[in-house]
Amino acid sequence: MEELSRLAVLGAGHAGPVIARLAIRAGYSVAIATSGDPEDIALITELVIPGARPRWAADAVADADIVVLAIPLHRFLDLDPGLLNGKVVVDAMNYWPASEGVLKPFTGGGSSEIVAGRLTGSAVVKALNHIGYHELEDRARPADDPDRRAVGVAGDDPVAVAAIAGLVDRVGYDPVRLEILRAGRVLEPGGPVFGSVLTLPEFERAMREDARSLT
Amino acid sequence: MMYTFGLDTFGDRNSDADGKPLSHAQTIRNVMDEGVFAEQAGVDFFGIGEHHTDYFPMPAGDVVLAAIAARTERIRLGSAVAVLSSDDPVRVFQRYSTLNAISGGRAEVILGRGSSIESFPLFGYDLADYEELFEEKATLFGELLKGGPVTWDGKTRAPLLSQDVVPHTEFGPFPAWIGVGGSPQSVVRAARLGFSLMLAIIGGPPARFAAYSELFQRALEKFSRPPLPVGVHSPGHVAASDEQAKAEFWPRWRDIIALVAPERGFAIPTEESFDWETGPHGALYVGSPETVAQKIATNLRALGATRFDLKYGMPGLTHDQLMTNIQLYGHQVIPRVRELLSQPQGDRRSQLPGS
Repeated sequence: MEELSRLAVLGAGHAGPVIARLAIRAGYSVAIATSGDPEDIALITELVIPGARPRWAADAVADADIVVLAIPLHRFLDLDPGLLNGKVVVDAMNYWPASEGVLKPFTGGGSSEIVAGRLTGSAVVKALNHIGYHELEDRARPADDPDRRAVGVAGDDPVAVAAIAGLVDRVGYDPVRLEILRAGRVLEPGGPVFGSVLTLPEFERAMREDARSLT
Repeated sequence: MMYTFGLDTFGDRNSDADGKPLSHAQTIRNVMDEGVFAEQAGVDFFGIGEHHTDYFPMPAGDVVLAAIAARTERIRLGSAVAVLSSDDPVRVFQRYSTLNAISGGRAEVILGRGSSIESFPLFGYDLADYEELFEEKATLFGELLKGGPVTWDGKTRAPLLSQDVVPHTEFGPFPAWIGVGGSPQSVVRAARLGFSLMLAIIGGPPARFAAYSELFQRALEKFSRPPLPVGVHSPGHVAASDEQAKAEFWPRWRDIIALVAPERGFAIPTEESFDWETGPHGALYVGSPETVAQKIATNLRALGATRFDLKYGMPGLTHDQLMTNIQLYGHQVIPRVRELLSQPQGDRRSQLPGS
């Protein structure tokens, strides 16, 4: 697969701008969109996400190789799945009832699997969801830095997983590939790595210990 | 430049000297005394944040503020924050307008959508609606503040038609802020609705919020509003020495963050992360008066802010420890920050260790 270098970030709340800034710094071309008029986020983009282009969601997605979903999960239910057909989609959202309430469509299994079930024309990869937005930027490190941390990347499409592992690496984290989307449940709220910012060995140990506790 | 310095509490449940938790009632009486003492110590503002938990038993801070108002003369009193999303803006306005009457015009409000979310199920609100709830209610609150009859229609409460909402304020609108965590869209909303901006900074480098401060001022221009102040709310603890402040605060901080981590997405603090957050680049103001004063002055400058509210206390600290914190903050930290901020920036920098 040719290098995927054009990103559309959907969401200009907490996580969206952070992911957009990291991607810009890593050399990606980044458009950012909300459900509304790009004019509404023009000032935010100029001052908080310099280098990104505010666009209508449909335009941002149409020109993107990778689409990052950084919107509240309940708003995802309003999104037209057809918009994302043929795209590699990074699901950076979380189903987190303790923080955002119960959402019936997400009560039965891994949230990214349910997202993927709705986005039948897309290759969904779960990533960048398990480190808090307030830490994601501060903890990014270049590849040779001993203090580098790990980010899980889970998906059913190996080519898409490879592309997102590349994205994670370029923005400053060691990617941990999980070769099926279902395995991404370990990245969810309540899972062994959620909310912690772990080095690669710590991340792998946390997953092993979690697997033991399940048996 | 006019700077103001406040103290905020969430009604953090006190313990006695042996570590045994005091009752909710005693904790509330202690908060009352702390508010009165804050005025005596020279603090400009005393704020109470709405919470509904066993460790923050403080759902009706306005009642406590009224009691403080009756025993004080100068200190400004307000919410920090009032969870507007799960309340009725008319009632919130009425309560703080009443506080404003009792205190002779000393009321303020800081409104939040609620980063602590226990009030949503308690009052029957759906967390999925928080954005719409806050947007509508903050808009209505802005209308109520203007005084005069209010006409309003929305989805989140009954409509108002030329409604006179009492009590009227005597001297025009009281100061009103919106508390913001990390969302730039919330910053723009505060500007659009004409509220001052209170940045709640509880982790990571405060300097990264400088862009939000600029965003706020630029957004005010865009919406043709006059400049409004930016404030900072951050947790901390002042004691005689850095060592003592950290020793008192650390176990309480660790315990409370560990408790709320599952619903707030916080990492469990380690001694290493605590050292970083209490160091020169972190968000916690824990240390001696000089350490805390240097950090406040540096960050107010970096953020273009003119207001600093120290969220003092933590569940498990004693009332005596909090009173010492208040005394040191009022008598030593605030005068020292004013002194640092009155010096030309170049001179001040040269005095900072490590810069």
